[in-house]
Amino acid sequence: MSKDQELLESLASGEYEYGFSTDIEMEMAPRGLNEDTIRYISAKKNEPEWLLEWRLKALTRFLQMEMPHWQSFDLPEIDFQAISYFAAPKKKQLNSLDEVDPELLDTFAKLGIPLNEQKILSGVAVDVVFDSVSVATTFKAKLAEKGVIFCSFGEAVQNHPELIKKYLGTVVPAGDNIFAALNSAVFSDGSFAYIPKGVRCPMELSTYFRINAMNSGQFERTLIVAEEGSYVSYLEGCTAPMRDENQLHAAVVELIALDDAEIKYSTVQNWYPGDKDGKGGVYNFVTKRGICKGNNSKISWTQVETGSAITWKYPGVILKGDNSSGEFYSVAMTRHHKAADTGTKMIHLGKNTKSRIISKGISAGKSQNSYRGLVSIGPNAENARNFTQCDSLLIGDKCGAHTFPYIESKNSSSIVEHEATTSKIAEDQIFYLNQRGIDTEKAVALIVNGYAREVLNNLPMEFAVEAQKLLAISLDGSVG
Amino acid sequence: MLNINDLQASVEGKEILKGISLRVNAGEIHAIMGPNGSGKSTLASVLAGKESYEVTGGNVLFEGKDLIEMAPEDRAREGLFLAFQYPVEIPGVSNINFLKTAITEIRAYKGLPPLSSREFMNLLKEKQELVELKTSLVNRSLNEGFSGGEKKRNEILQLAMLDPKLAILDETDSGLDIDALRIVANGVNKLRTENNAFMLITHYQRLLDYIVPDFVHILYDGKIIKSGTKELALELEEKGYDWVKEELSVQASHSL
Ligand SMILES: Nc1ncnc2c1ncn2[C@@H]1O[C@H](COP(=O)(O)OP(=O)(O)OP(=O)(O)O)[C@@H](O)[C@H]1O
Ligand SMILES: [Mg+2]
Repeated sequence: MSKDQELLESLASGEYEYGFSTDIEMEMAPRGLNEDTIRYISAKKNEPEWLLEWRLKALTRFLQMEMPHWQSFDLPEIDFQAISYFAAPKKKQLNSLDEVDPELLDTFAKLGIPLNEQKILSGVAVDVVFDSVSVATTFKAKLAEKGVIFCSFGEAVQNHPELIKKYLGTVVPAGDNIFAALNSAVFSDGSFAYIPKGVRCPMELSTYFRINAMNSGQFERTLIVAEEGSYVSYLEGCTAPMRDENQLHAAVVELIALDDAEIKYSTVQNWYPGDKDGKGGVYNFVTKRGICKGNNSKISWTQVETGSAITWKYPGVILKGDNSSGEFYSVAMTRHHKAADTGTKMIHLGKNTKSRIISKGISAGKSQNSYRGLVSIGPNAENARNFTQCDSLLIGDKCGAHTFPYIESKNSSSIVEHEATTSKIAEDQIFYLNQRGIDTEKAVALIVNGYAREVLNNLPMEFAVEAQKLLAISLDGSVG
Repeated sequence: MLNINDLQASVEGKEILKGISLRVNAGEIHAIMGPNGSGKSTLASVLAGKESYEVTGGNVLFEGKDLIEMAPEDRAREGLFLAFQYPVEIPGVSNINFLKTAITEIRAYKGLPPLSSREFMNLLKEKQELVELKTSLVNRSLNEGFSGGEKKRNEILQLAMLDPKLAILDETDSGLDIDALRIVANGVNKLRTENNAFMLITHYQRLLDYIVPDFVHILYDGKIIKSGTKELALELEEKGYDWVKEELSVQASHSL
């Protein structure tokens, strides 16, 4: 059809804004994956023997595992020997922000993440991971007053080994899936947060990830422990330069909520998606899982996924404690030749456990967008409740949306509800907005943001605005 | 202000407007009447720039500019407003956010800076009182779940907010209860100035009791077959369309 259609298509093929790279002296592990690689990483990070052993075991598991075949997209061949598993800016061991390489500060300023505490969004503490290492964590002292630990994973291994040893791999075991095994073997850095009993974390915690080095992957681990009656809201953001080759991002996130604790975890993912012909882009293969270990605990995942060539992840919650609840709010946008196969797993084990899933897929261009979700009700999960709503919005007629809900119920007192809709942006809606002086590009952004509203409303204020802009920019044909 | 000259338009290859000429000056109110399917909404859509309608002949000048050449959003920014017969719902987009975006875009086109939040809210409050629209509706998503009458009133709120030069109201009166009709009509009367103009598409004389038109036109099978003053609407109400049709065929046979 018509001009509108053409416009829609050009909108869906906008360029990536964060595609610049930083020229900085790097220390990189030789390419390849074997025991020596693991020992190199572990030594670089000055790790205790038990952690090296743990990594080596994970490597053994990884080597025994095969690539999955059930996903809805064509999984490209990944040459694990061609990747460098460790890349770090040369200057390390920083004592304060003043020591951060100005080139790096510049990079993050360009990304809209000022690391200078005076300039930073008030009320948000940021840990910044550049390739394989955490380069800065802000507001540490202020958090320490409340007993909150927020630092890089590497630092936590040095300073709080007992906590790491107690919780590492308890929610996502090394053998969970092939990418979790890979991460467990080679993970480099990431963030650690610990909220003590009864403490409401005084500010938003956030980690900002950036892949910069060529031929490298990013394999970070995040571990968050919320003790009894505590509360924390955590946000991660991600970007990468434009590179012709694909980059692998295989992260693991583990969340642990004890009695009456609440963890809110939000992601705004904007890795480089590849160009409009499908060349390059980040493979975002991530394992994220939380456990509501204690009674009355709550874990909530919110994700806004606008980037990556392939997004493949199922942030889930194991609802072990009685009366615990899990939530999953997702907006996944695909365009060009991108694919997303994402959703959640809600595993109900305790009594009166509740879960709520709101998934909003947006597909444009020639992309494929799948929701895949598991709701499992165990035999002891008396009165478990789930509500799932899965909406798909199609922009243009060359894209696809698919829904794969899996429901397993072993308790007859449970109630599982599933609703699904597929819609298109109607030409009448665009014309209506045009008639009020709003051009088609802005009209589409307005409609898409309206469609995603329920999910965006779950993001912390500062980031809701960012995410809204990101959705608009990702659709925008004219923003460079 | 608006000069329509022998306008012809078709949709999906079917000719619907078959040569319409009409002149609307500032300060005037024109009523357009005609049986179902005669092309009234089509005329409104063509003027507003709906893409599925193809202009096959004639031309339209709006304030001296070629309207047909303009993108729909530019026609709106130039001051043409259409209150839709069937306003669409846009879920999740708040009425306020939408109005603010529209006003900002229109002002930007004229080289004006955006209104401050305070200026905007003051304007909204004033106009909301004019059309007596409940705040709860203004705060909701754009038309989502609005009743038929509420949608129509929301169109008039937008009209009041955007303050266009030419407003085309496509059957804004149908579906309104008698109180709402009075409120909408009063709103239009208050918004009316020397410098703007209205085109009211309607089936009912009732509306014209409240908003007195300067001219009444009867559209039939894609053509304006009769024009007159407000008395024409009364005559039409009394005698029905058959009367105009008969007159038409008499004329036709004369000209043979
Ligand atoms: N998109 C379309 N495709 C096919 N036919 C159309 C389309 N739009 C309008 N028409 C036809 O054009 C003719 C005029 O329609 P229009 O909506 O302009 O009538 P109207 O005068 O507004 O009628 P009403 O009083 O019922 O609102 C009708 O026969 C209608 O079926
Ligand atoms: Mg009509």
